Amino acid sequence: MGIAKAEMKKKMDVVFRKYGIYLVFLCLIVIGAVSNPYFLTVKNVTNVFRQIAVTGVLALAEMVLIIAGQIDLSLGAVIAFSGMLSVSAYLSSGSLFAAVLVAVFVSVLCLTFSGFMVAKVKLPAFIATMAMDYIARGLCYIYTGGQAKYEIGDYSVVSTMYLGAIPLPVYILFGMALVCWVIMNRTTLGRDIFAIGGNQAAANASGIHVDLTIIKTFIMAGMLTGVAAVLQIARVNSAIPDTAMNYHGDAIAAAIIGGTSFTGGIGTVMGCMVGAAIMGFLTNLLNLVGLDSYVQMVTKGVIILFALTIDLTGKNKRIKRK
Amino acid sequence: MAVQDDKIWFDSISMEFPGVLALDDVTFGVKKGTVHIMMGENGAGKSTLMKVLNGTNVPSRGKFYVDGKEMRFSSAREAEKQGIAMIYQELSYIPDMTVERYLMLCREPKRGCFIDWKGVSQKAKEILEEEGLDYDPKLTLRQLNVSDIQLLEITKCIRGNHIDVLIMDEPTSALTSKEVERLFEKIEMLKKRGITILYISHKMDEIFRIADYITVMRDGKHISTAPAEEFTNDGLVKLMVGREISDVYPEKETAAGDKILEVEGLTSEYGRLHDISFYVRAGEIVGLGGLMGAGRSETVRAIFGIDRFEEGTIRIAGKPVKIRRVSDAIRNGIAMATEDRRRLGLILCRNLKENISLSSLRKVSRYTFLNLKKEKRLTERYFQKMKIKASGLEAAAMTLSGGNQQKVVLSKCLMTDAKVLILDEPTRGIDVGAKHEIYKLMIELAENGIGIIMISSELPEFIGMCDRAYVMHNGRIVGELDKKHMTQEEIIRMAAGGVRHGHSKG
Repeated sequence: MGIAKAEMKKKMDVVFRKYGIYLVFLCLIVIGAVSNPYFLTVKNVTNVFRQIAVTGVLALAEMVLIIAGQIDLSLGAVIAFSGMLSVSAYLSSGSLFAAVLVAVFVSVLCLTFSGFMVAKVKLPAFIATMAMDYIARGLCYIYTGGQAKYEIGDYSVVSTMYLGAIPLPVYILFGMALVCWVIMNRTTLGRDIFAIGGNQAAANASGIHVDLTIIKTFIMAGMLTGVAAVLQIARVNSAIPDTAMNYHGDAIAAAIIGGTSFTGGIGTVMGCMVGAAIMGFLTNLLNLVGLDSYVQMVTKGVIILFALTIDLTGKNKRIKRK
Repeated sequence: MAVQDDKIWFDSISMEFPGVLALDDVTFGVKKGTVHIMMGENGAGKSTLMKVLNGTNVPSRGKFYVDGKEMRFSSAREAEKQGIAMIYQELSYIPDMTVERYLMLCREPKRGCFIDWKGVSQKAKEILEEEGLDYDPKLTLRQLNVSDIQLLEITKCIRGNHIDVLIMDEPTSALTSKEVERLFEKIEMLKKRGITILYISHKMDEIFRIADYITVMRDGKHISTAPAEEFTNDGLVKLMVGREISDVYPEKETAAGDKILEVEGLTSEYGRLHDISFYVRAGEIVGLGGLMGAGRSETVRAIFGIDRFEEGTIRIAGKPVKIRRVSDAIRNGIAMATEDRRRLGLILCRNLKENISLSSLRKVSRYTFLNLKKEKRLTERYFQKMKIKASGLEAAAMTLSGGNQQKVVLSKCLMTDAKVLILDEPTRGIDVGAKHEIYKLMIELAENGIGIIMISSELPEFIGMCDRAYVMHNGRIVGELDKKHMTQEEIIRMAAGGVRHGHSKG
């Protein structure tokens, strides 16, 4: 009897660890549906998806970095800076294509620099990207003189356009997720990223060019950040120098809630997407029930702590069992 | 019993770790104010026993007495309070602290509840003068060399805690011969003060210079304790390795072919290697022998591109190759199973398939896109061939036992289609059955024309498996032995520095 119970508990443990995140998501949806009739309407759901498109793409960027054993604390500022230049490019050329190109290019430039500092100068990613956060945000203010640009023409079409019943940002989010999934699961780069995050010394001793892989990971995250910048600028329909403040915080939270291990080497695109969805729907639900935005911040913080605690206790258990 | 006259008396000490009997009913005594040498092969139980004495290990059975009183320590701190301290082989210190502050650490004179820094300087200066250490007390430890730090550590230990039993674990392994002299002078000084010294060492040439008593251990058992005069050099070696070679090593059928790997003049400041030259023929198993820290692992790490080296050429099948990083080595047909498989061999959180294919992703991909079917087919082949015991290729590497983890590492090496295979302690920490499978695999690979370099601290295995061996000492190759002349005595003698000692009968 006792053994059967322990066995049962062990199985539950495994199930919870593997599918817990989906269960949490399901519970959230059920609670939402019961507590607010508006929650599950097509209009609300599409709206939420449009909101989480930015966080989701950014969460993918943080996910690949965290899997590689890195992190980036500058993504919010990089979004603001590359978005700003992107708007300028759009206003002077009138080409949306050029605008997207500039956003991606500038983001990649910023993150490549951080990646270089991490891989070659051996700065911890935490420090290198925190410095980049100040630099990029400062450049934003210098470039605009602190003034926001509200007249940015048809840039917002990226956010408002529909293909069928679904808004464009949702396609972009899923497109980016698919690209990430392919890179992480079907290419040698993905394997290298998992390996250096799991055990950098062993990866090196297995013939992986660790420095180069770190830089490539930052470049990949830079591309994603550029896309997120375009989505963000289009969504708010203006170029504000202090936009996307602390967005990397939400993105890191989404990645971690989605099961990305903070110690590196473990994480899935699917989990990350669910993590972003949980963050998005939760915010939405808290809004719908009329919770004060300050209280929302506290709630978010508590949830991040909770997710990290689960991640760590799971690890400690495994270590103890050894 | 001799409990009364001895400073320390070990009484039937046994120590069990899961699956290993590290100490087996050890009984002997240590006389007050003597230098007592602990000898034995790696894993004989010397360090384990010393850690019982300093409170790090708690024995499973048995007691020990200090000054005739039974002692029971649960931490090194408690042992220090009773006057027993240990200086470890790997010194751990605070590199950015000044000499005076380090010397007085945790014992700073106080004025009220604040540290009296002037008092610290003064007291430290006094101690340094009394001990005959002429260091500038304002230097940071980083600015001192290993030998200086070691003497400082000993001084700190003795002066701070009123230590009268000092344990030293291979204190000379990182010292030059001049520095060894300085250490021995210090030891003489301590002995005169009545301090008892327990000294773990492998080095024949130094042992007889300082030893009063010698204890030999083997396989966790106490073999012999006697005054140093009663031992000879050769006698000690026999006592240390005494065991019969009971393991049967498989025989190899084929003869060696052409030189497949040639190393010439390999010199590396980082690895402390000087002018290393040797070669390996196809189908040959070549051993690199020597003590820990002699430069065996450093040599193969340099060849495999993990560490840099300044000078030297490496030729594969007669062609010089440039090895700047590991991928260069792999591309040129060198593979290596590293000594520390958990730290350097495996990505523990990833599955077996990914671990096995990690060094050969090129082989299972096209334009960076992986061919998962091909990867599965190839890794499955090694999984079967090596008889890896696991739930399947999807199992995480961390869930496997040591022996099976080693098989995964070997699979990874083999999948690269290497012509030269380097095995650094391939059987360390794995059970007898798995060991045997690895021996058979080595023979099979050699028969297929692969040249193997093997490092092993287990001499019977080393002799049983190697066709030829080079012995290293202090970062140099000091001798080459063919199968006929490879005996445990000869290897130990060469590894200890080559020359026979005066005490020996010849």
